Amino acid sequence: MKHLLAIEQLSRAEIDAILDRAESFAEVSRRDIKKVPTLRGRTVVSLFYEASTRTSSSFELAAKRLSADLVSIKAAGSSVDKGESLKDTVATLSAYDPAAIVIRHPHAGAAQLVAEWSDAVVINAGDGKHEHPSQALLDLFTLRRQLGALDGKRIWIVGDVLHSRVARSNLIAFQAMGAQVTLCGPPALIPRGIEELGCEVSHSLDGLGEADVVYALRLQKERMKESFVPSIREYAANFQIDSRRLGARQLLMHPGPVNRGVELSGEVIDSPHSLISEQVASGLVVRMAILYELLAVGGAHPAPAEGDPGERPTPMGQPA
Amino acid sequence: MSEKVVLERDDLRRKLQRIAHEIVEANPDPGGLAVVGIHTRGAVLARRLHALLRELTDTEVPIGDIDISFYRDDVGAKEPADQPVVHASHIDFDLAGRTVVLVDDVLFTGRTVRAAIEALFDYGRPERMQLAVLCDRGHRELPIRPDYVGQNLPTAHGERVNVRLEETDDVDEVTISEPQPVGAAS
Repeated sequence: MKHLLAIEQLSRAEIDAILDRAESFAEVSRRDIKKVPTLRGRTVVSLFYEASTRTSSSFELAAKRLSADLVSIKAAGSSVDKGESLKDTVATLSAYDPAAIVIRHPHAGAAQLVAEWSDAVVINAGDGKHEHPSQALLDLFTLRRQLGALDGKRIWIVGDVLHSRVARSNLIAFQAMGAQVTLCGPPALIPRGIEELGCEVSHSLDGLGEADVVYALRLQKERMKESFVPSIREYAANFQIDSRRLGARQLLMHPGPVNRGVELSGEVIDSPHSLISEQVASGLVVRMAILYELLAVGGAHPAPAEGDPGERPTPMGQPA
Repeated sequence: MSEKVVLERDDLRRKLQRIAHEIVEANPDPGGLAVVGIHTRGAVLARRLHALLRELTDTEVPIGDIDISFYRDDVGAKEPADQPVVHASHIDFDLAGRTVVLVDDVLFTGRTVRAAIEALFDYGRPERMQLAVLCDRGHRELPIRPDYVGQNLPTAHGERVNVRLEETDDVDEVTISEPQPVGAAS
């Protein structure tokens, strides 16, 4: 495992290795001194072209807890505002010889491109509607702690599947660990033909009772250029998870940030069913594990380039 | 590959007993002791020493174990492929004011012990640290010296010392195996 670009590329054994490692970092996080020297002297660049609270803060804290040096760039307020291309920004940051680049970008395939342009280990922190692998891993970790193995469990992913990279990564991840996944939402928000990935599709919450886990997605108003739902109120009436719809033994998850009163009612967010704050706590230790597995175990420090260091593949256009 | 047994089950038991006696002798107040084993086999030996100390002193000294993966000085170079098991450290007591006896199976370059000392400091500030090892095979690369040694084993640098314990390997023994020259049939 050289990069973390997509859950699709991970084997079940690789996923298990990261989750096991995260368990060790959970122990580190309970200590008075929550920092270990593992990545001392190595640089991690965090490059966020989209808004983020949880993902950026937890990746950055994870890097610091491993003693890496951190360069944190947000598109707003950087040279990206002045029109610098992604490629030029990556070339600039590569001058610092980073061990890893964590990137979030509004376009699918951006992380893949960065991996081609840079010698660093690249971690995809969300690329457009494509994937968000670290989210899927932290969700698996959260569920593993609650339920043990996921084999045979039923998981419903409810809401705006169409615009959700979390839905895509989690569908693949849940299935890889043996769970049965149902995608649920209004027809306009479920990608056509997605059943071919081996999941069920439902356009109503009627069968929700069978679910062991209900994974609600945020209605992504910022990605909607046309109207996908007649109105927020109608959407909430049909698809909001509230205390009436959520059974006593069902677990509730959400990748955050939540639109309170849209996809989730306020009361279920704060109920004992909700694993939302556990998900955030898992985010830190799982991202420590990802950095560790890629930088300390699997992807040894980038080998010195052979011959001319300027000679690197430079694919043009055509996002992966 | 030839393998020579240097300590058998009874030898191993006696060595540990002697170490336990030496620890008690060197530390007149057993109430201030703690035992911390280094994963994996150091932790097993620490549990045995802990039981022996209880017999000798009627005191239940705190016991913990420590995993040094995150403190290695060769991170990124390689992680031993034969150690896929992930451990976590368990130090559930306050180190302040205690004499901590670090326990490991084999003392070689001293790098593992250095990492363990650094790791332990992240849990607190023990008053004193001592080092107990079942075997000292020499070839130190750091200025580290054991306080209690079960057996000194003169070895060649390329040889391998194998400590096997019932809890992890179904047998109690220590062996030395020859280095296997590349391409040689032995």
